[in-house]
Amino acid sequence: MNNVRKLLRSDSIWIPVLSIIIGILIGAIVMLAGGYNPILAYQSLIEKIFGSPYDIGETLRQIVPLILSGLAVAVAFRGGMFNIGVEGQIVMGSLGALMVGNMLDLPPILHGIVAILVGALFGGIWGSLVAIFKVKRGLNEVISCIMLNWIALYISHIVIKTFMAEMGTSRSQPIHDSASIQIAWLSDLFGGARIHWGFFIVIFMLIGYYYYLNRTKWGYELRAVGYNKHAAEYAGMNVSSIAIRTFFISGAIGGLIGTFEILGVFKYMAIAPNTSGIGFDGIAVALLGMNTSVGVLLSGTLFGALYYGAQGMSFGADVPPEVIRMVISIIIFFAAAPAAIRMFLKMFRRKPKREEG
Amino acid sequence: MDILSNLINGTFVFATALIFASLGGVIGERTGVINLGLEGFMVSGAFSAAVATHYAETAGMGGASPWIGLICAMVVTLIFSGIHALASIKFKANQVISGIVVNLLAASSTFFMVKLLFDGAAETPIIDHVFHKWAIPGLSSIPFLGNAIFTAYPTTYIALILVAVVWFVMYKTPLGLRMRAVGEHPGAADTAGVKVNRIRTYAVLVGGSIAALGGATIALTAGSSFAQSTISGQGFIALAAVIFGKWNPVGAFGASLFFGFAQALKDQAQIYDWAKSIPTEVFYMLPYLMTLLILLFAVGRSSGPSALGEPYDPGKR
Repeated sequence: MNNVRKLLRSDSIWIPVLSIIIGILIGAIVMLAGGYNPILAYQSLIEKIFGSPYDIGETLRQIVPLILSGLAVAVAFRGGMFNIGVEGQIVMGSLGALMVGNMLDLPPILHGIVAILVGALFGGIWGSLVAIFKVKRGLNEVISCIMLNWIALYISHIVIKTFMAEMGTSRSQPIHDSASIQIAWLSDLFGGARIHWGFFIVIFMLIGYYYYLNRTKWGYELRAVGYNKHAAEYAGMNVSSIAIRTFFISGAIGGLIGTFEILGVFKYMAIAPNTSGIGFDGIAVALLGMNTSVGVLLSGTLFGALYYGAQGMSFGADVPPEVIRMVISIIIFFAAAPAAIRMFLKMFRRKPKREEG
Repeated sequence: MDILSNLINGTFVFATALIFASLGGVIGERTGVINLGLEGFMVSGAFSAAVATHYAETAGMGGASPWIGLICAMVVTLIFSGIHALASIKFKANQVISGIVVNLLAASSTFFMVKLLFDGAAETPIIDHVFHKWAIPGLSSIPFLGNAIFTAYPTTYIALILVAVVWFVMYKTPLGLRMRAVGEHPGAADTAGVKVNRIRTYAVLVGGSIAALGGATIALTAGSSFAQSTISGQGFIALAAVIFGKWNPVGAFGASLFFGFAQALKDQAQIYDWAKSIPTEVFYMLPYLMTLLILLFAVGRSSGPSALGEPYDPGKR
């Protein structure tokens, strides 16, 4: 009980909550200014999310990659590094899963497991490249991430076009049915929504993330490096190998995003001119979730639901779904700049009751 | 010879937008503010240029329309660079995240505006009065060089002039010295009486408007409208050019030319038979792969301004 009271009083809970409220309010103001009806818009957003079993299932499907992406960014964050290369790691994970799913012939369950592992491995290797470049050659991780994102995208195009082209379309051949990780009976329960094993693996990973960071030696080292790299080094930790390990984990989580999308949702890989954008959304999820597993779960759920519900907004209230993207960016703005919230609050509270230390 | 001069000409055409954006990046980053929002500034620049040019030409401004578009791009983008400055300087937010917020906000709000202004359309109406290549009288009749360099879009000439101006301001004027000092050691600069946060704010605002010119260039030369695909990753390439160019305006210019060259090479090489057997994606990938390899093996450790990414806190030692 004491803990709950402490949590309610601390900034760490109010900043995200207030950011969300402010974001939704500003979104409403924007809609009003554009001549739309914000109440109808938010109403149709919520109706879309909870409208039918199918919608609930598809909302869950949308949430899975966002939570994973948030975890991928968060684990690097906690290690004091910035992974904006999740985009590329997703592509490599998709590619690995697609290759196993399409080019190998294995018995059902085993096929899916191998494909998941290979997808995670591809993402992990792609992620660890960033850390290797950083520790060996001093290359700024932001720039190598950006370059690797594009390189991954074009590698995937080349591989798909050379080995798995589906003639006449801009996508790959589908994976074999034996590699599918969709859960048929659960999908039927949700009116045909694409529910897959990834949904359960995510829950397991959220717990694993907490356990890894707080209960293992490797997690302790990771946090130590994140707090103070030099102190960690002085204490005898091998900062370079910790960085590579952290980026491998981060990349492997990124790879899983692509893996699940291929094996559980789409069954093929599109030859798209751009990467998915899920990796950048992960930065928002991690930030709003304060890099904790509960936080990432909640913020990933919020963003996933908002994205899915946005489709209902354009349908029900004729509001462009971009408004929701604006709302999300405003939420991140305030979550990233707590000082802005305090200023915002001061405008409403003329006399602060008590100075906060 | 024609091939080579076409290649050089193409290089400048493709590089122009990157020159603007990377110059904008250099200005902000040199004072210590990371600028991941270049992509957003370019989006906002392309959007406002396309919209303003469209309205100007409907109002009968004719050939002056794209120039009005350029100016509007610089002014409108102040909103987004202002947000970046506010978050990263005044509110001391994480600058990388602030930049990403700007990107998200610019993309979403411009597409929202396009739908609002043009009845739900996915792109702005096609503009008639775009920039055309302009041959400098006299100079353009020089063999080889005339075709290669002196027959280009007006924006290319502006970009080249701007490189010189930014270099001069940054290295030859007291203001430039202050800018660099603020980026290297804000505490010392403050002690010497330099207003750290004010200089940073102006640098981010001016840099944002210059980066916006890059977006406007793309909308008013290569494309003639603004759509979701108009700006796709050029801002991030420009950021790479900033780092590749070691935070120096001339270096960023060189890096932009390099990226432009890789793009022009792709267009030129596709004419030949031997290149047809190579997947086009290899050519698309080339600029990124080459940058990565050069940064890894040729340039050596790239370290930016010492105070890059750190909000200035006078109370902190």
